[in-house]
This record gives sequence, structure tokens and C-alpha cells, in this order.
Amino acid sequence: MPLEPAITDMELLKDRVAVACLLAGLPGALLAAKFDRNELTLIVDQVQIVEALRLLRDSTETQFNALADVTSVDLYPAEPRFEVIYSLISYARRERIRVKVPISGLDPYVESVTPLWMGASPFEREIFDLMGIRFQNHPDLRRILMPDEWEGHPLRKDYPVEGYR
Amino acid sequence: MAHIDQFRSAPVVETTTGGDRTMVLNMGPQHPSTHGVLRLLLEIDGETIVRIRPDIGFLHTGIEKTCEAKFYQQVVPLTDRIDYLCPMTNNFTYVLAVEKLLGLEVPPRAMWIRLMLNELTRICSHLVWLGTHAMDIGAMTVFLYCFREREEILKMFEMVAGQRMMTSYFRVGGVSMDLPLGFLDYLKNFAGYFPARIEQYSDLLTDNPIWTGRTKGVAKITTQDATDLMLTGPTARGSGVDWDLRRDMPYGGYEQLEFKVPVATEGDVFARYIIRMEELRQSISMVKQAIARLPEGPVKADAPKVVLPDREKMKTQMESLIHHFKIVTEGFTVPEGEVYQGVESPRGEMGYYVKSDGTAKPYRVHMRSPSFANLNALGVMCEHNLLADVVAAVGSIDVVLGDVDR
Repeated sequence: MPLEPAITDMELLKDRVAVACLLAGLPGALLAAKFDRNELTLIVDQVQIVEALRLLRDSTETQFNALADVTSVDLYPAEPRFEVIYSLISYARRERIRVKVPISGLDPYVESVTPLWMGASPFEREIFDLMGIRFQNHPDLRRILMPDEWEGHPLRKDYPVEGYR
Repeated sequence: MAHIDQFRSAPVVETTTGGDRTMVLNMGPQHPSTHGVLRLLLEIDGETIVRIRPDIGFLHTGIEKTCEAKFYQQVVPLTDRIDYLCPMTNNFTYVLAVEKLLGLEVPPRAMWIRLMLNELTRICSHLVWLGTHAMDIGAMTVFLYCFREREEILKMFEMVAGQRMMTSYFRVGGVSMDLPLGFLDYLKNFAGYFPARIEQYSDLLTDNPIWTGRTKGVAKITTQDATDLMLTGPTARGSGVDWDLRRDMPYGGYEQLEFKVPVATEGDVFARYIIRMEELRQSISMVKQAIARLPEGPVKADAPKVVLPDREKMKTQMESLIHHFKIVTEGFTVPEGEVYQGVESPRGEMGYYVKSDGTAKPYRVHMRSPSFANLNALGVMCEHNLLADVVAAVGSIDVVLGDVDR
């Protein structure tokens, strides 16, 4: 099965349930969308991410009731430098989407989604620990995998693979 | 050492009931029933747990960072070492993700071999879980029986991959080599007697009053909590979440297999035990289906720029030799893009997020490990319950610390 080109045209994607829901419910929150390799990606504004996820979770049309994963990517030296990526599943509709938030490298922070899914707590702590992105209103934002006195954030691209020597 | 220092100077757990009523008890990291190096800080009021806090990271080896410095094919052996009880499932997830990035389809024989071995891995992993979980609660016999059958499975892994545990048998585009002579007969024989062995384990435990006393009504998780805490796999299915990626988002050929997804609503340790026992039965039936439908044919995809050529071709064809040299020295490039591949591992949703920037090395590999998320359940399972049940609760979510810390 040869790869099909990615679809990024919003006009072609606006019939997708998740895209339509965000366009109608939170105007301005959806910055872009992409359909590539059978996976739908929504790029959402940093300020409105929690509201957007709440809408996707609670709307009767989308029903993305489960959060499967939270992760992050460092796009150094591009700006905005970081992306936090949420993977949502709708158990009822058997669909998975990816929601991305671009974040500036100068002051990397994003609102925590722990009020929506308590289970996101260790995932956000891991991102804070390894990527150095702060999660506002997180109940217990500490390092989780690295020792507490560790300097730097190992998964950043400007952090050498062998560590600082 | 930071963990200990921090604990000594200021306890991580703040007291809630106040004053002299509670004390902090340290369990692990060297504790036999934490299945590895899980450290639990327990704040207890007499025999009752007020708070429980896991302290993890003792096995953190930075695999996600290491992946970024390796070629795509060199990442496969790293994935074994994440969840060391189900190496093939990890290989499977990773190669599926990379194949999705490449748009590569594997030949049918490779697909069925993968399904067969993946289900065998599930049995192998559940046997370790059953044995150690039962031993934690006090049933020694089950452990010995389980490891007897597990040994047979490990022998089969050795036959196909040359390794008992760190198999690295799956490759991007297929599997590393065809099944050896005699393997299928060995497996058929195993699949013949194994269902009776499951009933043996079940006879030892299911109606055993000590077992039911230690597991029924213990460490309950509600359905709402299961989704809130991002639980997956048997842990969530034991709480009434009817979700199995093999059935609901089929990957790698699962849509062609017939199986049932067991769901229980009690949400206690016993429900999770029943679910996993039923999964053993379903898995062995899936292995049998895969044996019956295994076709003849190649085990590697026809993609010379990605898949290593056969040794024979290398000796006779210049093209193959060049491709082999190129793949080994420079790796193969993967078109730009990102994918997330989730599979149902024995513990829950094992997911690989792989991002490619068009070079021969992955830009980012993230593993969504089921044990890491399932540890979330400790709070609701243990708080306000008895100290003695912590061991049963930890065993029932089947954590693998390599999977937690990566």
C-alpha cells in the first residue's frame, strides 16, 4: 500500500466529527488539521487546549472519553520549539485522534489536563522531567524518572546523548 | 541516592490525619512482591493505609533518548528491554509503527507468524503474572506449574529467535527468518495439552477459599475511575471497560481471528484474575487458529531498500549485495511523518509514537507503556484498605518495572 499524500486542507477535513465539533464549539481554537497515514491530527491553540479537550470529551458527537497518551516532541531549533501531543480514543465510536499543542521554547508551559483525566498526572510529570515543559495547575509537579537533583532535561535535542560531562 | 536523602530530610508523604496517628512505611525497592524495583511509600494508620505514593525511576535507562541515535532497525533490540516479559509484543508494536510510516505491507506468512508468536508471548507473560501473583498471596504450587509451561514457551522462542527472552525476532517488513524445522510440531503439541493445564491452575485457585478470601472484594476500581486514571488492558476490563484494541482497532491481522473479549464488572482482584485466565484460553485458541491458517511463502516483504536480502541472493546478485551494504552501513530512510501505533499488550495499551524527519534515524520514539499508566490505580485500590492487601493489589495490575521506567 503506497503512501497517500497528507491532507491538510481544512475544507476537505471539516466533515470529520472532531474537526466539526471544534470549529463549531470553540471558534479560533483549531489552528490546523492534518490527515496522514489514516491518522487525524488536530493542532490546537495553547491557551484553549483544556477547553478543547473538555469539549471533545463531553460532546455527544465526538465522545473522546479516553486519553491514551500524553507525550512531547522537541523541534529545536525551530520556534515554537515544543509540541505536546495528546492521543484521544472514543470507545463508543472506535476512533483515535491526535491533538497537538505548539509551545514556545522561551517559556514552555501548558495547562494541565489532570482535572479532566487524573491519570495524565504521571505522563505530565514525565514530560516535565525529561522535556522541561511546565504544566500549570498540576497537583504534584516533580521529577518522576530522573533523580531530583538532576540538571537539564534529557529528551531535549540540545542535550547530548552521553549527558553533560 | 536522591530518593533516600529526600525521604530522610522531608517525607514525601504529608500526614493527613495529623500528628502521631500515622506513620510512613517504606516498601521496596528491594521487596520480593513489588516485581522489580518499585518503591512504595505507605502512610499508615494502624493497619489501614491513608495514602500510598509510588516512587519510580530506579530502572530508567533513557531508551527513548537512545532510540534517537540509532538506525530504525537498531531500535528493535532496544524495544525488547522495555517490557521484558513480553518482548515480542514490543517488537510487534515498533515494527508496525515503522511499517505504517513506510507504507509497507508484510507477506501473509510473516503476518500469521507474528500473530502466533504475539499470542504465545501473551500466554508467557500471563503465566509469569499468575505464578508470581499467586505466590505473593501465598499459593506456592501455582508458581511451579506456571513456570513449567513457561519454560516450554521460552524453548520455542529460542527455536525461532535463538534467544529465550530478548528475542528481537520481528523485523521491519517481516520476521528475521522462517520458522525452523520441527517448530510447528512442537507448538501443536503444546497447544494440544496447554488448555488442560489452564484448568489445572484454575482448579488450584478459582474455588480455593483462601484465594477467594484474599481476592474477592479487595482493591476495587470503579468503571469511571478506570477511564479517569487511563487504565487499559485486563485491569480496565476487570472494571467493566469493554475495550480491547485487538477487537476494536484491529492491527496486524487480528481482524481475521475469532476470539472473545472477557469483561467483568466487579473491579476487584478476583475479577482481574478471572479476566486473565480467560485471556489465556482465548490466546491458545488464537494460536491454534494461526497454526491452521499459516500459509507458505516468503517471510519478508519485497522491499529491497528496507529489508535485508537473503544470504543466497547476496552471493549471486550484485544488486542485493549493494542493498545489504547500504542498509547495514547507512540504514534505510523513512518518509517524513508521524504515527502512533497502539497494540493490546498483556498489560494494556502498548503504544509507540514514532516521528520521522526523513533520515535513517527516528526523530523521536515515545513508548506509551501500560504499566506506567496502570500504576495510577494504586491510590484508589489501596487507600483506606488494609496494609496486607497492597501485595494483592500490586500483583493484580501486573506491573513490569522495565515497562514503567523505560
